[in-house]
Amino acid sequence: MHGLPDQLANGLALGALYGLIAIGYTMVYGIVQLINFAHGEIFMIGGFGALTAYLWLPDGTGMALALPLMILLGVVCAVLVAVGAERFAYRPLRGGPRLSPLITAIGLSLALQQAVWAFYPNAKKARPFPQLGGGDLDLGFVALSREDLFIFIAAPVCMLALGLFVAKTRTGRAMQATSQDPDTAKLMGVNTDRIIVMAFAIGAAFAAIAAIAQGFKTGEVNFRMGFIAGLKAFTAAVLGGIGNIYGAMVGGLVLGVAEALATAYIGNIPGLEQFGGGSWKDVWAFVLLILVLLLRPQGILGERLADRA
Amino acid sequence: MALLEVEDLRVAYGKIEAVKGISFSVEAGEVVTLIGTNGAGKTTTLRTLSGLLKPLAGKITFEGQVLNGVGAHKIVSMGLAHSPEGRRIFPRLSIEENLQLGAFLRKDTDGIARDIDSAYERFPILGERRRQAAGTLSGGEQQMLAMGRALMSRPRLLMLDEPSMGLSPIMMQKIMATISELKSAGTTILLVEQNAQAALSLADHGHVMEIGNITLSGTGEELLYDESVRKAYLGED
Repeated sequence: MHGLPDQLANGLALGALYGLIAIGYTMVYGIVQLINFAHGEIFMIGGFGALTAYLWLPDGTGMALALPLMILLGVVCAVLVAVGAERFAYRPLRGGPRLSPLITAIGLSLALQQAVWAFYPNAKKARPFPQLGGGDLDLGFVALSREDLFIFIAAPVCMLALGLFVAKTRTGRAMQATSQDPDTAKLMGVNTDRIIVMAFAIGAAFAAIAAIAQGFKTGEVNFRMGFIAGLKAFTAAVLGGIGNIYGAMVGGLVLGVAEALATAYIGNIPGLEQFGGGSWKDVWAFVLLILVLLLRPQGILGERLADRA
Repeated sequence: MALLEVEDLRVAYGKIEAVKGISFSVEAGEVVTLIGTNGAGKTTTLRTLSGLLKPLAGKITFEGQVLNGVGAHKIVSMGLAHSPEGRRIFPRLSIEENLQLGAFLRKDTDGIARDIDSAYERFPILGERRRQAAGTLSGGEQQMLAMGRALMSRPRLLMLDEPSMGLSPIMMQKIMATISELKSAGTTILLVEQNAQAALSLADHGHVMEIGNITLSGTGEELLYDESVRKAYLGED
């Protein structure tokens, strides 16, 4: 009943979710060489923002109306926190030793988790997340759940919009210039501070959408959800080649599919029975990361550092 | 009043003072060169003028406006363009995109298109490869692109940092010929060079920098025939 097409669909849905979060890591890294370890918490806050929008709506509001509002508030909350973090936590440290913003990011990550734990009503335990409802969409060879359908639409739309923005607009070009050579971008008249804020904001918006997808998938949001999701997305960004937006999505998809297939099939291999099933999936994800780092450290779509001028 | 006026400029990296109180000026339409060895503070001076570095003390005035404390991205819009040391083209953007970035603050789409065409006229090789990633160009071609890009902002002062660095003699001649063409067209240029001979031959005024100070100033010709300059920078004994 759960044949290969179903496992692939499952893996791609999970992977698209990782990929959307990974964009935030990779954009920020590409421009300021900072691994924003608080990005997982930005994702989590996006989820809580979406939940809040749902709770504000009168009971019985249809999903057709609720979903856009959930996306809107989720994105707004995540973007505000990310932009605030950039302005007050990271920017003052720019130009200093590289370890300082990294430590700040870890501290910020804990602070945001604890803030939600302490101040969001009843967030000490997981809070149930609304469901899309409706049955599966049967395509014949594979049946897609509504939850998967959401991410299968959201991820390509986000990627397409970002790809066009970066390649075709004046600001997108300024963003590429800033990531390749910030000082020279300034000499062209690019306000690089604004570009950095924009990178944080776009990453946060995508993370919020991913958080909604995860809320639908797991039926809950909780203050710790950013930790594992963030770690997986960071893995996806490194897998794909950090700094490359398409790499982030490719890395996410590879990771998602690998996890799904490992969960489903490794247990069938004679001698490896005890390594199958969901409890080992994180292990396989990180084994994949280690393999890529050993064999192709620049990531799937990354360039060797020596090639970068 | 001069186009650019630098008074008692001092710049430091941490506790190390790289520029120790220099004064000079650039008049509209002239070429002024700063020459000197590595570490003399020439590049630091240019980076401070374009706002990438903050001065410790002193005053920079451009067309009567004080530049101290103005952000680099705003200084370009005031009419000062800087083609940095090492060319610093954007390697993974195309040649055309590099040129477009040079006109980042301009809104006149038609004018930008015309200026891109004239950059291709001046440097035909750039036109032939306009869609190619700029990182694939040779050093000399990258220098042409860097100069073309700096001109795209239609600057009233063009600062060139070591345009001949690392180039073959033929390429170097080509770049120097371009600078002298720009000069004839009336472009005001502040040129930093290690190739003192070439720089002084086309400069109206020159200043010799040594470990953060200007030690000698004069017209290009005066410096070119100055005994001490010939000994120190033109390899004569």
